[in-house]
Amino acid sequence: MPDGSVGQPVTRREDKRFLTGKGRYVDDLHRTGELAAVFVRSPHAHANVTSINIDAAMASPGVIAVFTGADMEPDGIGSLPCGWVVTDRHGEPHKNPAHFPLVRGKVNYVGDHVAVVLAETPEQARDGADLVEVDYEELPANVEPAKAMTAPLLHEDAPDNLCYDWVLGDEAVVEEAFSKAHHITKLDLVNNRLIPNAMEPRAAVAEYDSGTDSYTLWSTSQNPHVLRLILSAFVTGIPESKLRVIAPDVGGGFGSKIYCYAEETVCLWATKKVGRPVRWTAERSESFLADAHGRDHVTHAELAMNEQGEFLGLKVDTTANMGAYLSNFASCIPTYLYATLLAGQYRTPVIVCNVKAVFTNTAPVDAYRGAGRPEATYLLERIVEVAARELNMDPAELRKRNFIQPDQFPYETPVALTYDIGDYEASLNAAMEMIDYAGFPARKAESEKNGKLRGIGFSAYIEACGIAPSSVVGSLGAGVGLWESAQVRFNATGTISVLTGSHAHGQGHETTFAQVVSDTLGVPMENIEIVHGDTGQIPMAMGTYGSRSLAVGGSAIMRACGKIIEKGKKIAAHLLEASVDDIEFKDGNFTVTGTDKSKSMAEIAFTAYVPHNYPADLEPGLDETAFYDPLNFTYPAGTHIAEVEVDPETGVTTIVDWVAVDDFGKIINPLIVEGQVHGGIAQGVGQALLEHGVYDPESGQLLTGSYMDYCMPRADDLPSFRVGMTETACTHNPLGVKGCGEAGAIASPPAIINAITDALGIMHMEMPATPEKVWRLAQDAKKSA
Amino acid sequence: MPSVSMTVNGRTVSKEVEGRTLLTQFLREKLNLTGTHVGCDTSQCGACVVHVNGQSVKACTMLAVQAEGAEVTTIEGLAKGDALHPMQEAFREHHGLQCGFCTPGMVMSAVDLLQKNANPSETEIREWLEGNICRCTGYHNIVNAIQHAAKAGAA
Amino acid sequence: MYDFGYHRPATLADAAAAVDGAEDAKIVAGGMTLIPTLKQRLAQPSDLVDLGSIADLRGISEKDGAVVIGAMTTHGEVASSDLVKSKIPALAALAEGIGDPQVRNRGTIGGSIANNDPAADYPAGCLGLGATIHTNKREIAADDFFTGMFETALEEGEIVTSVAFPVPEKAAYAKFPNPASRYAIVGVMVAQTGGGVRVAVTGAGPGVFRDATIEGALAGGFSSDQVTGSGASADSLNSDMHASAEYRQHLIGVMAKRAVDAANA
Repeated sequence: MPDGSVGQPVTRREDKRFLTGKGRYVDDLHRTGELAAVFVRSPHAHANVTSINIDAAMASPGVIAVFTGADMEPDGIGSLPCGWVVTDRHGEPHKNPAHFPLVRGKVNYVGDHVAVVLAETPEQARDGADLVEVDYEELPANVEPAKAMTAPLLHEDAPDNLCYDWVLGDEAVVEEAFSKAHHITKLDLVNNRLIPNAMEPRAAVAEYDSGTDSYTLWSTSQNPHVLRLILSAFVTGIPESKLRVIAPDVGGGFGSKIYCYAEETVCLWATKKVGRPVRWTAERSESFLADAHGRDHVTHAELAMNEQGEFLGLKVDTTANMGAYLSNFASCIPTYLYATLLAGQYRTPVIVCNVKAVFTNTAPVDAYRGAGRPEATYLLERIVEVAARELNMDPAELRKRNFIQPDQFPYETPVALTYDIGDYEASLNAAMEMIDYAGFPARKAESEKNGKLRGIGFSAYIEACGIAPSSVVGSLGAGVGLWESAQVRFNATGTISVLTGSHAHGQGHETTFAQVVSDTLGVPMENIEIVHGDTGQIPMAMGTYGSRSLAVGGSAIMRACGKIIEKGKKIAAHLLEASVDDIEFKDGNFTVTGTDKSKSMAEIAFTAYVPHNYPADLEPGLDETAFYDPLNFTYPAGTHIAEVEVDPETGVTTIVDWVAVDDFGKIINPLIVEGQVHGGIAQGVGQALLEHGVYDPESGQLLTGSYMDYCMPRADDLPSFRVGMTETACTHNPLGVKGCGEAGAIASPPAIINAITDALGIMHMEMPATPEKVWRLAQDAKKSA
Repeated sequence: MPSVSMTVNGRTVSKEVEGRTLLTQFLREKLNLTGTHVGCDTSQCGACVVHVNGQSVKACTMLAVQAEGAEVTTIEGLAKGDALHPMQEAFREHHGLQCGFCTPGMVMSAVDLLQKNANPSETEIREWLEGNICRCTGYHNIVNAIQHAAKAGAA
Repeated sequence: MYDFGYHRPATLADAAAAVDGAEDAKIVAGGMTLIPTLKQRLAQPSDLVDLGSIADLRGISEKDGAVVIGAMTTHGEVASSDLVKSKIPALAALAEGIGDPQVRNRGTIGGSIANNDPAADYPAGCLGLGATIHTNKREIAADDFFTGMFETALEEGEIVTSVAFPVPEKAAYAKFPNPASRYAIVGVMVAQTGGGVRVAVTGAGPGVFRDATIEGALAGGFSSDQVTGSGASADSLNSDMHASAEYRQHLIGVMAKRAVDAANA
């Protein structure tokens, strides 16, 4: 019987194993005969490797092998690729310098991979790694994007350290709009570098089976099929059919586990080389050095308005730090996931965005929760706020005046997107009501009595998630399709295995997807298993990133369920001696319309596998696969409002209230959706108040290389959040859903900075708003007051 | 090689270990109790929190030999058979976990809190969790779960 | 971690002998600093001498008007001690603010002061309250004990056995933590004692120090409005990406005021 669970806050089915210590993560897994891998990493930001002596390491107890880039070269191990080719403003492809899993002659950032030591135990491998003697010829290094184009060259084939100089929009048209402006607001801002820090460090276990000449790689991946594709097609040449990638329970990803990294590549190659399984688990300090980082933009923006405060045009100039090499999807983040979002919720008629992507001696930068969209939202919601202050307008009023109106959808933005649906004023109004915007002045006065400065900050965001369709992204340079697969496999006894390409690493798919299948097929949730994360079991898939799982993966499941129902109708028609057209499916039963003649889903499944009385022209079995390629992105949107108190004596900011009103379309499981919002806000608050990946500008050393210096949000840094929802159902997917995973991280940073600058009575400050920065600004504000 | 004996989840165990073997390594690799996780190398994330003689400690910052004679409880030892401990139940009921990696340490830490303070305020809960980092939940539902566990008398 | 010989003596004498007998022994108390250091291979002692089984080193008592805390007493035990809370609540509060609950369940006062991390809390507690440090060889006044960054008056093989805190008339500790590590960026212990006002500052400089300027200001009246700022010059203070010297200097004054207010509350 159907649970009728869609829309209900069903508690998660996956929780019991995690709560009892029975989750199975890569590092929990051991293979007989395994060796431990430890990487020798570059201590320098930029240097030529003049020699590597492995003799002492090889002589160290337990060490079985030491490999360098020179060992991989003869085996044809290729460069780690970038899967999206951005075409620059001159029609040339971006520069994509070689990025070998173990360096060949030159290191380009601290933590770059110089050699690997394989030993019987991790401690022995570490002992061996300490004994690898590497001679470096140090080169001057640069870690700052703004200085990259005049800095020492990282790669011969990337002159000026420029990856691309790219433009979206027509500069002349925008200049024309600016010439008619009544007021122009200008803003320089930095989007700080972040280090993702999923709590489970990356890990890999690789095992080669010489009997079948095949490989298994257990990896902490968000998208095992994509990892397999990259490893097979671009890096190792191992046929996809001979490589099984398994991503079991994975402890968070946030983008950082999308990519094909050096470490799993080396483990995979080395396992055949040494004929034994090879395992590697990052220490947290390695995660800091060598996981792909996020953000790191420097931007100048200008917003033109008429006398009524209506936006006439937006100009944006951004320099984006790619780090030392192009990570797998790095190139599309500051372009197609950033510039295309610069309309936000507004009717700005013309927009131009120029992005220069540059190489620096830092860890590669790629997608991190939000990926491009937080950068766009931060820019827009900051400049709109500054504009409101300059025009002396209420910030809510200025936003409302420029919102795209509900009757304007579908709305084509000047930056290449078509928003299908939304109601931005509804979320803004709901959020203002929730936080009691009208009561703010009284609360501010109360704070002032206690010596505190109170501020309020809005962020009206939009995001584009479930990036699609494949034909469009292909035309923009994507090297992959962006569809998803699903297989709904009935067993003869009526239980179901749902194989999904959407990997779960905290998102609760095992519950949400089961709710969808349960309601669609009328099968109780306990009879439904959600299977993910294994290329050996699941059809080719694209995985989890960009808030796509439910909108794309869930839609694929819906489509497979549809096929099941169609086939079931044929079987039911045969059993019930009726025409297929007369069979209707509802609540798990196939019924002859207008009669009480009916067969249950379980009976149909059984008949499909025991087809003694069965349609002659129908294949046995009840097992359907579907692929779903979306027609468009989904466009979740909403308003977050932060209220803060600043202690001017210390500069400490306390978040005293937070409301979030989001429109995610139809909600399958509000418990899980709200959890996603909470987590996203926390990461955005982290960016705005606490987190900053800092490299020393002279030495290029990572100064924030552990939790001693990189400030992760903790429970006492955060308030409880008040979350509300509005709903405009997505028009183009069968579930009516939009993505919800990244919204919090996208919305929250400008809300905080708008609130703090409001409290201080200033126009702008850079993230993170650390106590010292806030204190200094409070002092300055006091002096100038 | 020194040997160490302790009681883990009610079972007496005795093993030879190196002096440098951490309690986390002992639990994970010698006893295959992989619910105790390692999320950092600076004793801050708290994914490794277990109870030693009834007190929550970071098992990554304790040598196995230092637990000689101790009563150790890991996340695997918290539930009674199929019945979840009230704290585990509260986390499940209130969606206090997402990826599950920090969860064992978070739960063990929360259980210790209620042992010491049966009715903590939200502020006290948040301060207590200083040594447990979660990247997924924003702590909202963790705090909520602990409040509910306290109300249910989980201490 | 490099391997080492491990010793778990049952008596102080055996501990001292174990240290003397080893090539390059380290003493481990709670291990909250030493074990992370060893994990990062930043130290390679030949032997580790664990004080964890020496029962005499643990416990809190009152003796000659002072609160005496055994070296192996954990921060958690100090924070929750009824004796400490009633006699020197500032010290209980200081202990309650060290690290996180799990650190407090393992970390010890002896380990903390012997390590003398320039951002640790206990050195400010000892110096501010005018404590006396007892070792297996002698007694050392706090004023003489903390000699520099990670440096103390302890000699090779000398083991802290207890710390005696005279009971102040009033005292309080105010800490501005590093948001990441939660160590003190600035921590100030202020105490009004029979022997005058004592103000000790941790976190701000290369080691814990007494702020004579603030002590002088408070001698004129133990009230926060007497405090006009720290006497420490900015060039004598630490500066890093979390806090400049100028900011630290400012925070000393702010924390001192807040501590005085708390002590008077």
